[in-house]
Amino acid sequence: MSVCETLPDLVQSPGLPKSNEGEPVFPEPWAAEAFAMTVHLHQNGLFGWSEWAAALSSEVHKPGRAQDGSDYFDCWVAALSKLLVDKGLADDTQIRGLQASWQRAAEATPHGQPIQLANDPLR
Amino acid sequence: MHDHDHHDHDHHHDNRYSDMQARVKALEMVLTEKGLIDPAAIDAIVETYETKIGPRNGAHVVAKAWTDPDFADWLKRDATAAIASLGYAGRQGEHMRAVFNTPETHNLVVCTLCSCYPWAVLGLPPVWYKAPAYRSRAVIDPRGILAEFGLQLADTKKIRVWDSTAELRYLVIPEQPADSDGLTEEALAALVSRDAMIGTAIVELSR
Repeated sequence: MSVCETLPDLVQSPGLPKSNEGEPVFPEPWAAEAFAMTVHLHQNGLFGWSEWAAALSSEVHKPGRAQDGSDYFDCWVAALSKLLVDKGLADDTQIRGLQASWQRAAEATPHGQPIQLANDPLR
Repeated sequence: MHDHDHHDHDHHHDNRYSDMQARVKALEMVLTEKGLIDPAAIDAIVETYETKIGPRNGAHVVAKAWTDPDFADWLKRDATAAIASLGYAGRQGEHMRAVFNTPETHNLVVCTLCSCYPWAVLGLPPVWYKAPAYRSRAVIDPRGILAEFGLQLADTKKIRVWDSTAELRYLVIPEQPADSDGLTEEALAALVSRDAMIGTAIVELSR
């Protein structure tokens, strides 16, 4: 047990890509945000470590996942979504609806303006 | 005076969220609305990682450009290929352009629309890069922004502001500090900060 815990437990997540210094490496900013959200929820006690590891590992080992691990954070986000839905903290239809809405909003936003959900023409 | 590069505005700024980008936004929104997460805490967690990854890739590119004229030349002509030759390629196939600081011109990179950023070479964007204040003021008052970063440029030095797009991202190649000629590529790379490659800092031998 380390007295001076500098890295959150979730850095020990199975398969997490890490640098030589042992820091997680993110392919894109959304992956870092997903990681941070998970760390935050875990710190707030919404789920335990083993619960998280099981959810993640079940996504990573689903058939059809990339052999080279390039979709690791897709699995991460799928695991987080499933955990939240299973706990009744989020609703799958609502998440998917919002996801589509953000995509429409992005496409409808002209250059130079911030992308806001209200820009979704179907909202 | 500064010279905002309007040329690149003709470039179609592709406003598109990937499935995962939009999904993470959706999750963030649901969880924030339920009071389960605090967006400021998320930013703080992300911030602890942003300087720890990535920037060394860009520093390697810069140091190589300083020590290898052929590489510098290649970088000027085709930054995407030159950078990829070192093993740093974006996942989305975005193009890179290297903009070289000179005694006459300083380059500054911004993304006025969102936060397009050369992740493959610089890692995660700093929080200020994504902030509306930087995004709008970098174009209107680059000299003022640079002063806030502690960078006072001579009035005679021209500032060029480059607006990133989803397809085209910029890497600033800072000027090599005087008296650093004898240093190895590795030692030079250690001098190059992330901010110097965005253009909000310059490279100095000692602080």
